Amino acid sequence: MMQSKRTLFINARLVDPKAKTETFGSLLVENGVILKVIHDDGVDNEDAQMVVDCGGKYLAPGIVDIGVKVCEPGERHKESFRTAGQAAAAGGVTTMVTRPDTDPTIDNPESLEFVIRRAREVAPVHVHPMAALTKGRMGREMTEIGFLLDAGAVAFTDCDSVITDTKVFSRALTYARSLGALVIAHPQEPVLSHGAAATSGKFASLRGLPAVSAMAERMGLDRDIALIEMTGARYHADQITTSRALPALERAKANGLDITAGTSIHHLTLNALDVADYRTFFKIKPPLREEEDRIAVVEAVASGLIDIISSMHTPQDEESKRLPFEEAASGAVALETFLPAAMRLVHADMIDLPTLWRAMSYNPAKRLGLPQGRLSEGAPADLVIFDPNAPFVMDRATLKSKSRNTPFDGQRMQGKVIATYVSGNKVFGI
Amino acid sequence: MTFPHRHLLGIEQLRPSEITTILDLAEDYVALNRGTKKHSDVLAGLTQINMFFENSTRTQASFELAGKRMGADVMNMAMQASSVKKGETLIDTALTLNAMHPDLLVVRHPHSGAVDLLAQKVNCAVLNAGDGRHEHPTQALLDALTIRRAKGRLHRLSIAICGDIAHSRVARSNIMLLGKMENRIRLIGPPTLMPSGIEEFGVEVFDDMNEGLKDVDVVMMLRLQKERMDGGFIPSEREYYHRFGLDAKKLAHAKPDAIVMHPGPMNRGVEIDGDIADDINRSVIQEQVEMGVAVRMAAMDLLARDLKGRA
Repeated sequence: MMQSKRTLFINARLVDPKAKTETFGSLLVENGVILKVIHDDGVDNEDAQMVVDCGGKYLAPGIVDIGVKVCEPGERHKESFRTAGQAAAAGGVTTMVTRPDTDPTIDNPESLEFVIRRAREVAPVHVHPMAALTKGRMGREMTEIGFLLDAGAVAFTDCDSVITDTKVFSRALTYARSLGALVIAHPQEPVLSHGAAATSGKFASLRGLPAVSAMAERMGLDRDIALIEMTGARYHADQITTSRALPALERAKANGLDITAGTSIHHLTLNALDVADYRTFFKIKPPLREEEDRIAVVEAVASGLIDIISSMHTPQDEESKRLPFEEAASGAVALETFLPAAMRLVHADMIDLPTLWRAMSYNPAKRLGLPQGRLSEGAPADLVIFDPNAPFVMDRATLKSKSRNTPFDGQRMQGKVIATYVSGNKVFGI
Repeated sequence: MTFPHRHLLGIEQLRPSEITTILDLAEDYVALNRGTKKHSDVLAGLTQINMFFENSTRTQASFELAGKRMGADVMNMAMQASSVKKGETLIDTALTLNAMHPDLLVVRHPHSGAVDLLAQKVNCAVLNAGDGRHEHPTQALLDALTIRRAKGRLHRLSIAICGDIAHSRVARSNIMLLGKMENRIRLIGPPTLMPSGIEEFGVEVFDDMNEGLKDVDVVMMLRLQKERMDGGFIPSEREYYHRFGLDAKKLAHAKPDAIVMHPGPMNRGVEIDGDIADDINRSVIQEQVEMGVAVRMAAMDLLARDLKGRA
């Protein structure tokens, strides 16, 4: 990593997600780490070789995004480490935690090393890969969790493929626990949700779409909670998207289980009605929920019950989306729309900015044991300068991702990234 | 008479006055079809392609006859047998056909929303002949015409729709049409075949036939697909017939002059008793088939006027 100059960021609104504060001040950075946080506007030059005037805008630790799909290996025409990295930099995401649901699956140390090497060569941001929990994400045999940990896997997940065999899952959890590995699962009752393209309710009935009850999420979570109580494993639920799952999560946390939960930016900002006339860019997994669920989940993020917000960046090309809704692929790109979409919650007064930012930086970093996500001395100088108020109309043609399947195309948004720094080096600036 | 729609994709997009326009014009075609010279030239020179991605005998024949009686050049394409099997996407198929310059495209597809998607990609008028569980607008229109002719009006009637509502596009289009025309709608069926949130559509839901049929003017039966009879949604064919099949005893709860309808093809002894289906005093099932041709002629006539207007 290139050594950075001694840089002083002045005139900034500093967001400290750990302390949940927003203060005016300056930040001194050298050799890729934060040297000093200065909480006032009395600026002393601090022997800086370079001064960056933030113009009164926000300066925060870069976003740590768990669950980014980079379609390499296998589907590089949809997204590569280069384009995903550029999209991340433009979106203020300084750490991508990548998913193993590629083709082939990242389920052995060799393929994991390929990912790490490709990321190091071409991605301008930090990349930490996750590995599959079972071989081929088939839910039958566990992967070489020990070797994969040694090779750099930060967590183990079969992504949206639910391990139906509870014996296999409980053994994998037990084995992972002995190594202190974090297991990330998709809480969903797989049989009940089989074939579903929407959430049951008035809208799905009107459109005649095969639908799943929101209850399938709670059933999946209840099962997983029983298994972590049994095995003592470290567990993270990738996406909690319904109000009915929240009491179970709350109880599990109160009972002292090592459990955290995430949700996706799309479930926080969109609801089932956005699908409107079968717009497949709004087809995601799990499907978009009712408005009451969306509000309950936003409140759970505000209260800290849900710990982490992810983009769940899932590139899909036009061919996979230009199909009848039931046949179309699920997922949406989100690295570049993550920040402005999240700002909608701030502008709607549903959550304050430091609390929101905590769920996007400090909490995911802490859960994965990474030093990022902090605005304190000695922390990595992974930073984003942004203006939460800057308005713009989203045009998907401007996206840096190879796939441009964003549900926000044409929408008015507020919140722009001005510059992104990784280890003190500027990787994006407007 | 103008019709401000380029396509007929569903009942959802239609206003009550437009529904009446279609039905009024269909009456003219009923008269034409009952005459000896069953021919008009309103579609002369136009090309109609019937694309059926799902098996259909009745609807396809009805559309074909409607087009031919109005002088269109009609082509049928059985899509299950052709390019779909070779992996071509729906949009590519649509673009290929579009290049042949059809004027009217009649489409049936097993997936909800597929006909809407196709309509966005072609230059001609598209008629939805049924998409997944979503809509089947010409069926609802022919049902409406049948009811209007039998009852003398299409408002303030109490209408029961019975059976597999969840998987039925006929039910959805009918709920929308009959609701728009201000009728009371009752849905009757086992809860496993009732879509969730359906109460919010302004309908009453019953799981008991005797209660649900009480004093209704119209009884619409729906077809129960064979693959749903074997314990997945209902315990058995015979239990279904016992609880939800229309027989004389259950029908006695309806008004004495209530009519019985079925979109066909019927499963006699499953959802409907054979004697009721054949009772010329109650059953209007054959009339529905007749109205189908007339309604489809009216719909294509109206869409073609728009085509000519733009030419």
